[in-house]
Amino acid sequence: MDNAFFSQTLLALLGGLPLTLNLTLLALIGGALLAVCFNLLRLTRFGHYPVRFYIWLFRGTPLLIQIFMIYYGLGSFELVRDSVLWPVLREPYWCGLIALILNDAAYTSEILRGGLNAVSPQSIEAAKVSGMSSRKIFTRITLPIAVRQALPAWSNEVISMLKATSLVSTISLMEMTGIADAIVSSTFRALEVFLTAAVIYLILSLIVSRLLTLLEHRLSPYQFGAR
Amino acid sequence: MNTPTILLSNIKKRYGGHEVLHDISLTAQDGDVISLIGSSGSGKSTLLRCIPFLEVPQAGEIAVGDNRIVIDNVDEKLSAAQQRTIKQMRMQLGFVFQSFNLWPHRTVLQNIIEAPVHVQGRSHKEATEEAERLLQKVGLYQKRDAWPSQLSGGQQQRVAIARALAQQPKALLFDEPTSALDPELVGEVLRVIRELAEEGRTMIIVTHEMGFAREVANKAIFLHQGMIEEQGPPEQVFLDPHSDRCRAFVHSHLQRNPTG
Repeated sequence: MDNAFFSQTLLALLGGLPLTLNLTLLALIGGALLAVCFNLLRLTRFGHYPVRFYIWLFRGTPLLIQIFMIYYGLGSFELVRDSVLWPVLREPYWCGLIALILNDAAYTSEILRGGLNAVSPQSIEAAKVSGMSSRKIFTRITLPIAVRQALPAWSNEVISMLKATSLVSTISLMEMTGIADAIVSSTFRALEVFLTAAVIYLILSLIVSRLLTLLEHRLSPYQFGAR
Repeated sequence: MNTPTILLSNIKKRYGGHEVLHDISLTAQDGDVISLIGSSGSGKSTLLRCIPFLEVPQAGEIAVGDNRIVIDNVDEKLSAAQQRTIKQMRMQLGFVFQSFNLWPHRTVLQNIIEAPVHVQGRSHKEATEEAERLLQKVGLYQKRDAWPSQLSGGQQQRVAIARALAQQPKALLFDEPTSALDPELVGEVLRVIRELAEEGRTMIIVTHEMGFAREVANKAIFLHQGMIEEQGPPEQVFLDPHSDRCRAFVHSHLQRNPTG
């Protein structure tokens, strides 16, 4: 192993770390907010049809194709090119982020649905008899319990998103995988470079799963199996 | 006559084709302790759950203090004004469930101050002080920071009673408060309820503990198939009922549970 090359590669790859983390974090936040909205919409009389369609669409197609459709596909419509959104939609960063958010929202929505279904009707009845409004019941009882129940499943989604950000390298974004790919095409040392990148992803996922376990214990020390 | 604390009149409730409550009326004056007895399926829990509108009756009138709702048309949705009245009624009632229904994501103390702070708008400090006083009363002050899942059933139910009391209710409603408990834990919960009765609180208690129902109440009501079959002072209902069904029911239960 060439130590000089290795440390050079490591440093270069770490240069892409901020973008990787930025995309992961924003995709998760955006996805979670959309997931809450989708689940609220689901409760309405007709709202669950478009939500189910959306989830079917975004879970049923590859993320890579979703990224390409948003980056290359939308630009082929004159209507989009002429719109006020064009300055945003022609940027690979925004297109990549939007694709990640939309994709994450579909999965997170299903995870949250599982958590919401697991909230006992008894908890909700207790809230009702105390005189709480429906909105308060949702924000103070239903959602917090659902989030705690959904956390273990969501931590899978977090790690999956962390790795999924590598796909935006295909639309020229220089996050870690994008940088790795560039180094490989100039040095042809694929094994060392990609291995280094893989190790960084491994360490990141270890940190993320530790943090989420801590959060689980913090939020519900004696519940939901987090003993 | 004073405004009754709780008034139910001509309550009718149907599930599908099956009529669970036929035209039931009931009045609780201030300080009344009413025990509602009857076999399973007699409608006693349903009747109790109608008071805070956990079940919406098909017809009838329900009043808690000055708040009153009359339902004459089943198919009509409750109006916004009625919804507000229901909220007012609920704030004036403390409801204790058979399976405690504590919120699992809140500690004991947080369970108790939730409604005072977030529904009634009292200050966090005042609510906490009162919660601590109530926890002392039910003998669980040392568990204030525990999670519900760390407590025994009897302890959870005592916390649930403290939570109901924290609303400063005009009346307390108990829906089979000891039915989900192991026999050795029943006593601690009944003791707390008995103390509340001695304080002169208005209460309606649905229970299978016949000895307790007789001793704690000043009025007993025996329901059978959604109708009031017998009502009166506990001595009459338990010892000398007019109805044969009531006599048989009480007799079989007192034999099974001689100490209550």
